[in-house]
Amino acid sequence: MDKELKFTWKDMLKYGVIAGVVAIYVILVGMVEAFNERYIIAETINLGQIALFSPVFLLAYFAANNARKIKSSLFAIITSIVVGLIGGAFVAGLLVLGTHMNLRAVFLNVSPELLDILHLGQEGMAGAIAANLIISATVGLLGGLFALMPHKWSNALLVGLSLVLLMGILQELMTITFGNKDWYKPIGEFIYAKKGLSWGGTALFLVLGIVLNLWRSSDKLRPGKKVAKLPRQQQMAVQIVAMLLGLAILLALPKFLGSYPSEILTTVGIYIIMGLGLNIVVGFAGLLDLGYVAFFAIGAYTVGILTTTGKLATVEWNFWMALPVAIFLAMMAGVLLGIPVLKMRGDYLAIVTLGFGEIIRVVVLSDWLKPYIGGAQGILQIPKPKIGNFVFKGPQQIYFLVLAGIIIVGYIAWRLRDARVGRAWKAMREDEDVAEAMGIHLVSTKLLAFATGAAFAGLAGAIFAAKLGSIFPHSFNLIVSINVLSLIIVGGIGSLPGVIVGALILVGLPELLREFADFRMLFYGALLVAMMLVKPEGFVPEKTHARELSEKEPFSSEIEPEAPARETI
Amino acid sequence: MTTASQSEFILETIHVTKQFGGLTAVKDLSIQVPRKSIYSVIGPNGAGKTTFFNCITGFYKVTEGDILLDGESIVGLRPDIIVKKGISRTYQNIRLFQNLTALENVMVGHHPRMKAGWFGAVFNTPGTRREEAEARKLAMELLEFVGLKGYEYELATNLPYGQQRRLEIARALASEPKLLLLDEPTAGMNPSETEEMTNFIDNLRKDLGITVLLIEHDMRVVMTISDIITVLDYGQKIAEGKPEEVRANPRVIEAYLGRGAVTEQETQAA
Ligand SMILES: Nc1ncnc2c1ncn2[C@@H]1O[C@H](COP(=O)(O)OP(=O)(O)O)[C@@H](O)[C@H]1O
Ligand SMILES: [Mg+2]
Repeated sequence: MDKELKFTWKDMLKYGVIAGVVAIYVILVGMVEAFNERYIIAETINLGQIALFSPVFLLAYFAANNARKIKSSLFAIITSIVVGLIGGAFVAGLLVLGTHMNLRAVFLNVSPELLDILHLGQEGMAGAIAANLIISATVGLLGGLFALMPHKWSNALLVGLSLVLLMGILQELMTITFGNKDWYKPIGEFIYAKKGLSWGGTALFLVLGIVLNLWRSSDKLRPGKKVAKLPRQQQMAVQIVAMLLGLAILLALPKFLGSYPSEILTTVGIYIIMGLGLNIVVGFAGLLDLGYVAFFAIGAYTVGILTTTGKLATVEWNFWMALPVAIFLAMMAGVLLGIPVLKMRGDYLAIVTLGFGEIIRVVVLSDWLKPYIGGAQGILQIPKPKIGNFVFKGPQQIYFLVLAGIIIVGYIAWRLRDARVGRAWKAMREDEDVAEAMGIHLVSTKLLAFATGAAFAGLAGAIFAAKLGSIFPHSFNLIVSINVLSLIIVGGIGSLPGVIVGALILVGLPELLREFADFRMLFYGALLVAMMLVKPEGFVPEKTHARELSEKEPFSSEIEPEAPARETI
Repeated sequence: MTTASQSEFILETIHVTKQFGGLTAVKDLSIQVPRKSIYSVIGPNGAGKTTFFNCITGFYKVTEGDILLDGESIVGLRPDIIVKKGISRTYQNIRLFQNLTALENVMVGHHPRMKAGWFGAVFNTPGTRREEAEARKLAMELLEFVGLKGYEYELATNLPYGQQRRLEIARALASEPKLLLLDEPTAGMNPSETEEMTNFIDNLRKDLGITVLLIEHDMRVVMTISDIITVLDYGQKIAEGKPEEVRANPRVIEAYLGRGAVTEQETQAA
């Protein structure tokens, strides 16, 4: 890695060229234009501009970070500005080229509107080029300053900016959801302009994000610290109250948010359930499973077949009778897949499981099974689950089903993680041969991981079928497996809260941004690469768990006074 | 805890041979390890010592011969069964579970002595809770025993080399073995660390009453703590006996000690 501790003009150039190339890529795939109407701040800054300039910002940041370590701060600042200028020159070059040549023959997205956007509000070509260079250099400088800031502050600022971005994106949803509520009107008028946040709202969320982050990262002020000092009984009480409060909020959410946000939350929730399951297989046991969607499909189709009242009706059970069967069959499929791949590791395992996922999809689509599961037409008229008179009919009701699923599955995963079984999984992940030499039976331990993960996916599939009321083969393609794996990686492999964060980012966010649909995979890919480079442990890494433990446990009253050394034989 | 047994030897290997294709790594090797002894296997690099360990722990299938633990054959058993029967080991090139904490590493070592399964964990039954608490307590004690008190929640990968070696021993001890196999426990250590480790191994037998089968390359370690030494060369036993017998054996000096013998004698004199 650190083969040469040098940062020369050549490196500066390199970062600048990368920034320019990435910016041009972002432009040519159509992102800048697609996002141009999504204003974040007061009709001034939109998502298109953010997409256009973020490559320069990021690369100037990285360049300055390296330059600072090797040379002076001043050099780092110059570096960041140069990177910005080069990036800007690339974009300006594209503008000139696009104006004088018909680039559209090759790059469909180079429309007159796009060129207009790249003028950055300037009329003439000279003005536009100057604007590109100046703004790009400024953004580069900001990236450089970001790198020079103390870590604590740049982190806090990042959280503040992310919050501003999020709230800007949420404008439409907030208006749809709360627009006609009396209590919201003054708030909405304050934080939002016609398009995007108002300046007041921007300042508010920026400061809020910064303050929250500083407060969280400050040792003295952290709420957990104060609680940890309380006597044990009170600690428990605080925890229980916090949990009940959290639960109350979660229960009130669908009523409060209304139908559309609840719909998004149920979708995210179904992915959380799957994520928790795959996290056991991949995160705990280290078995790379790319065919995970198969178990989701088995859960969904089992509920579909057993409960449908449509053309394909069989036994017409209710949801609650079909649910355990769905989970059981998914679990059996998990074991069946597990047996042939017991001896496989890493890449081989990934490819075989990938094949398994595809087999299930092809089987579901086949003519052979069409009389039973409907082929491409799928299964229709799957009745909604009921408890007494309460029907889980819409997203606001299904939400509770999903929430219950997450709580149960999350609890199981949490219990297993720190138990003998979880330790065996993790040991196997770390070193299979040594794990076996430590007395872990590899066959049963692996199958247990596959079965548990598959059972969770079966549950998710069952809820999915009930939610939609009809299921089609195309809902169960490889993309689902990739989504689930990606959200685990983004959240932090092996981390339980990470699954929730990952699902919110990778599943929730795209639902909010309709323009986003075309770039979803691009976004996933970019995010994964960025994560691998910058934060390979994920947003909520599992290790913090270990570190948190190490802060508390040795001093907590739980540990008994030292017992005399015991004979181990 | 050891079952009454007819044999005075805890471990016997009988004409054990291990071939890899055309290469015979261990050839016709018979040793008898008395209870509560420290038994050393030495020999030049590539002599087949580690391979011999791998045969005993079931990681390799022996090509020929038999291995008896307390008079009972363990040939053909899986490694996880053999550790349950009371043989555990460490590795020449440390093989800890890097991303688990020191405590977790040792608790994994206790795995074969625990019973809790999936349901016990999920429903947190009283039995599981008790077992888990006991395992935790044992692991804490073992960490203290090997001098790692205060490092319980450190990830194994973050520990310095010497501590990793001791953590590996604590993990091996957690399975409550009758016989502990140590593969070059002082490899890569400086003289003072080596001396510390030597005393530590000596104490293992005194404090815990365990039999130790030791692979060592450091002659001083071997000569000070071993009861019996077997010398391997090209997979074959070329000498066996008490340290002073082995030291005096001309074949050993010729085949193995060679130049080293001179320095050895010098250090003895010093
Ligand atoms: N898995 C294996 N496959 C092929 N050859 C092996 C294998 N393991 C060890 N060997 C060979 O067996 C011989 C003995 O190796 P080893 O037991 O590691 O020696 P030592 O531990 O005494 O240094 C060496 O020649 C080595 O290359
Ligand atoms: Mg060796």
